[in-house]
Amino acid sequence: MSTPTPPRTETDADLGGVKEEPKAKRVKKRLTSRGATTAAIVIATLWTIPVFGLAISSFRPEREVKTTGWWTIFENWGWTLDNYNTILFESGASSASLGSYFINSIVIAIPGTIFPLVLALMAAYAFAWIPFKGSSWIFVLVFALQIVPLQMALIPLLRIFNYPWLDISGTFAAVWVAHTIFALPLAIFLLHNFISEIPRDVMEAAKVDGSSHTQTFTRIVLPLSLPAIASIAIFQFLWVWNDLLVALVFSGGTVRTAPLTQRLAEFAGDRGSDWQLLTAAAFVSIIVPLIVFFSLQRYFVRGLLAGSTKG
Amino acid sequence: MMSTITVAAMPLAGRSDNFWADAGGKIGGALIAVAIFVAVVGLLMFFADRAPKKGRDVVQLALFVAPALLLLLAGLIWPAIQTMWQSVTDRDGTWVGLDNFVTIFTDPTMQIVLRNTLIWVVLVPIFSTAVGLAYAVFIDRSKGEKILKSLVFMPMAISFVGASIIWGFMYTYRAEGFDQIGFLNQVLVWFGGEPHQFLNVPPWNTFFLIIVMVWIQTGFAMVVLSAAIKGVPAELHEAAALDGASAWQRFRSVTVPWIRGSLVVVLTTITIATLKVFDIVRTMTGGQFETSVVANEMYSRAFRLGQPAVGAALAVVLFIMVIPIIVYNVRTLRQHKEVR
Repeated sequence: MSTPTPPRTETDADLGGVKEEPKAKRVKKRLTSRGATTAAIVIATLWTIPVFGLAISSFRPEREVKTTGWWTIFENWGWTLDNYNTILFESGASSASLGSYFINSIVIAIPGTIFPLVLALMAAYAFAWIPFKGSSWIFVLVFALQIVPLQMALIPLLRIFNYPWLDISGTFAAVWVAHTIFALPLAIFLLHNFISEIPRDVMEAAKVDGSSHTQTFTRIVLPLSLPAIASIAIFQFLWVWNDLLVALVFSGGTVRTAPLTQRLAEFAGDRGSDWQLLTAAAFVSIIVPLIVFFSLQRYFVRGLLAGSTKG
Repeated sequence: MMSTITVAAMPLAGRSDNFWADAGGKIGGALIAVAIFVAVVGLLMFFADRAPKKGRDVVQLALFVAPALLLLLAGLIWPAIQTMWQSVTDRDGTWVGLDNFVTIFTDPTMQIVLRNTLIWVVLVPIFSTAVGLAYAVFIDRSKGEKILKSLVFMPMAISFVGASIIWGFMYTYRAEGFDQIGFLNQVLVWFGGEPHQFLNVPPWNTFFLIIVMVWIQTGFAMVVLSAAIKGVPAELHEAAALDGASAWQRFRSVTVPWIRGSLVVVLTTITIATLKVFDIVRTMTGGQFETSVVANEMYSRAFRLGQPAVGAALAVVLFIMVIPIIVYNVRTLRQHKEVR
């Protein structure tokens, strides 16, 4: 079984937490020269500066942001929450109203994570444990669908959503359904890998006890798959939260349904020089992913590594 | 629409009330949707369990696979076929053969788009992987490895739109003589240079957009490769060291061959992500100043410029470009497994 997903050693990767043998430590120690450490610190600094500058600027008053660099914060001291107040709650034709879009992002991301996950779990279970004719080639087909770029589906799917009998284009439902469809191939594939590894004995025992497929599914498969579910849920949540393309095509773009990313991209076009607002707006949009990143790092890494081929 | 207009016309105090009512309504709606969804699935499972014994297996099987398969059929397979069809027809559905593709490969603006895509696809995987690998080696088993990893991996969590604004700010330009507020221009000034309009001047602006993608993808390369490096047996390093191999020689002849499989996974994964890059170009330049790429052009043509056929053809081009990369990936992994 060969796949474009990272092999298992990498799926189990964790940020740093690897047990070290003394011998390995001794050998590797010699590799870590002073030059390497310096280079690492330089790279880490370069990678951090952009976010750091953004965070500082978002709390500085408009005049300071527009006339002085954030690195002069000590000479041009001054902090404010006005930027956040303005972009989140102030309304009017040209205001960001990010508060409403933030809510939209939540409203899109929660069902956009739960729907595909539930459907994928069920399908993955069927492919792994319900023998039926054509099972393996249908599974291969689903697996192969991962290589179809979602651009291939956008125009016709929008047309389907616009059919008079459906007519959901520009609603949350359209965005949920689109995200569900695009998530399924990868989610089914990953969950199948996990669920098919459940020991046969466990499944046989359940069968002997007379439990039906639905009982086996809810009582055995679901609890045992929780780690995989958590990883995939986090990946999918962030994917939906960070998505721009699906939102642009299906959300309709109004304050009623459009997510943060869409408003942010638009706002960057309209108010491209109001950096005190743009930095705060960007910070609002990245705060949820950053919280997820720092609090659920282990699951986050697994989900991301497993899901990096999506899209 | 109505509610937006009313909201805009109301005074501040009333507005915030309205905001919370509105927010509550939306979130409530989402929760109800989830509840209905779960209830329907649960009910169907309940009844499937009580189906007449004779057809029970079929009913249960259908319940488990049918929803996902129907969605994929209606929402991905059928649309993909339609897109392929659309790419060889015109607006009225008449067959035009490869005309749309000829347009893509001959039109001067399109050639810039293709050239840019090629530059992206070559540079982003190479730089992300090189920096990610170097960083992974440098910090391997060092003090504070976990924190050092987090710092470089963090951009992976951020949306491309957010990253675009972060870097847009880094690239901000103020005319010479004024205080710079963009960090990179300030650095130029510190070193005695003149401030530069990073995003407006082709062809270099494409490279400055590419930096954003490299910034995001390096963390991915680093985490995967770091895990792979930790799998290299210490004995190999020790043996090489006893033979007098320098750190660089050990890296080249022990580490790199050992992690070749992971390197291929990283390179191909980033290549595919780069092929589809859309958000960065859309947010930072909107494809202006000769920075457009295939995915951005596909969106513009199909949804902004009213040329769905050209858009469809671009989607097909994207699809065709992805295939060889995946084939290569699968083949290398298979070979690699045999060697091991």
